[in-house]
Amino acid sequence: MSDETMTIIIDGVEVAAQPGQTILEAADQAGVYIPRLCYHPDLPPGGHCRLCTVKVNGRPASSCTFPASDGLVIENDTEELNAFRRTIVEMLFVEGNHHCPSCEASGDCELQAMAYRLGLLTPTLPYLRQPRQLDASHKDVYIDRDRCILCGRCSRASKVEDGKTVFGFEGRGIHKRIAVDGAKGLSDTDMSVADEAARICPTGCLRVKREGYRVPVGQRTYDHTPIGSDIEHKKATR
Amino acid sequence: MAKPLVATAPFTGCFGCHMSLLDIDDRILELADLVEFDKSPINDIKTFSRPVDVGLLEGGISNDENVEWLREFRKNCKVLVAVGQCALTGGVPAMRNTVPLKECLEEAYLNGPTVVDGCIPNDPDIPILLDKVYPCHEVVKIDYFLPGCPPSADTLWAALTALLTGKDVGLPYELIKYD
Ligand code: SF4
Ligand code: SF4
Ligand code: SF4
Ligand code: FES
Repeated sequence: MSDETMTIIIDGVEVAAQPGQTILEAADQAGVYIPRLCYHPDLPPGGHCRLCTVKVNGRPASSCTFPASDGLVIENDTEELNAFRRTIVEMLFVEGNHHCPSCEASGDCELQAMAYRLGLLTPTLPYLRQPRQLDASHKDVYIDRDRCILCGRCSRASKVEDGKTVFGFEGRGIHKRIAVDGAKGLSDTDMSVADEAARICPTGCLRVKREGYRVPVGQRTYDHTPIGSDIEHKKATR
Repeated sequence: MAKPLVATAPFTGCFGCHMSLLDIDDRILELADLVEFDKSPINDIKTFSRPVDVGLLEGGISNDENVEWLREFRKNCKVLVAVGQCALTGGVPAMRNTVPLKECLEEAYLNGPTVVDGCIPNDPDIPILLDKVYPCHEVVKIDYFLPGCPPSADTLWAALTALLTGKDVGLPYELIKYD
């Protein structure tokens, strides 16, 4: 351990943190799972979804953007915060048009997995039922905006990993949508199936064509183990 | 003590949730010992004759007849359980919810590629379609939700036996599924 190591306290447990780490990164390293959707370890944090909200010294803050500093006292796995997270997940479900039984991502989808982990039996907020545009113009990749949660992972991956600007947000508030840099849709961009962005989407929105339903039910990512288990497993085996 | 009464309803679904109930294999004998069935397509009893303890609802609410029967179920059942994605969210039939009803009917009965001499059916005996397919809880109060398409036989068994013996219906991780 370097002299620089700091200590933060998450749910009463001391966790080591290095300078430059966010709360979420320090927690991950220590095997403490903080729920998240828009964060991806290969990308800079976006701070969009607020699922990773924890209380830092009593005040709510998104842990994927909040720098760790010595002595922070953090609440994470509390009923209050998990209820708040369940509501966010519900809102994402009722804002979009999510038909899990017919979705290729089902079983591997991080939104669905988060609902399972948080014990959400079904959303009961009123459904918005707004039509959203499908883009199947590209030969290898499609966008089904019914399933978009506006996490921005695709646009960050396109910029940071692929050195392109295929995706971006358009509009504000309830009208916000994921847009592509091409007048005729995705086929009109320099998107390639080999791009990191092609496989970064947490849901069934941005998907590679002809890959669906290959893994049988019962063997998919979240069929038996909750999302976050890989991180929690680190603690168990330390 | 009289056995608890169970009624089941098929609304706008595929009957898969009812099939899943039959899929509990030999536990069906145990179930027959535990409960008596009132109104249900399983025994073809058509109307409620007495107050029922548990109503199991399959399917979303897509027409006037569904609404009427769902309200009957609420009136006659102490506890209502929505079973399966169609009842919980509208499910696959709710894929029409982002398309105006007129367009849906025209596509199905007038403009579809296999339609010959089409006309939109309007026989008075046919239930009138609602503008959208609604989940059961948007029409009446629902007491419990069992997700899945269909919920597995294990989910149904765990929930039913818990309900009938007055225990908590806490579903373990592996039984909460939206597909
Ligand atoms: S994207 Fe996820 S939550 Fe949405 S329909 Fe597909 S599996 Fe369900
Ligand atoms: S397409 Fe996928 S990755 Fe992009 S914003 Fe929508 S949900 Fe996120
Ligand atoms: S939830 Fe699935 S199995 Fe049940 S009625 Fe609907 S489509 Fe059929
Ligand atoms: S993971 Fe932190 S805001 Fe989305």
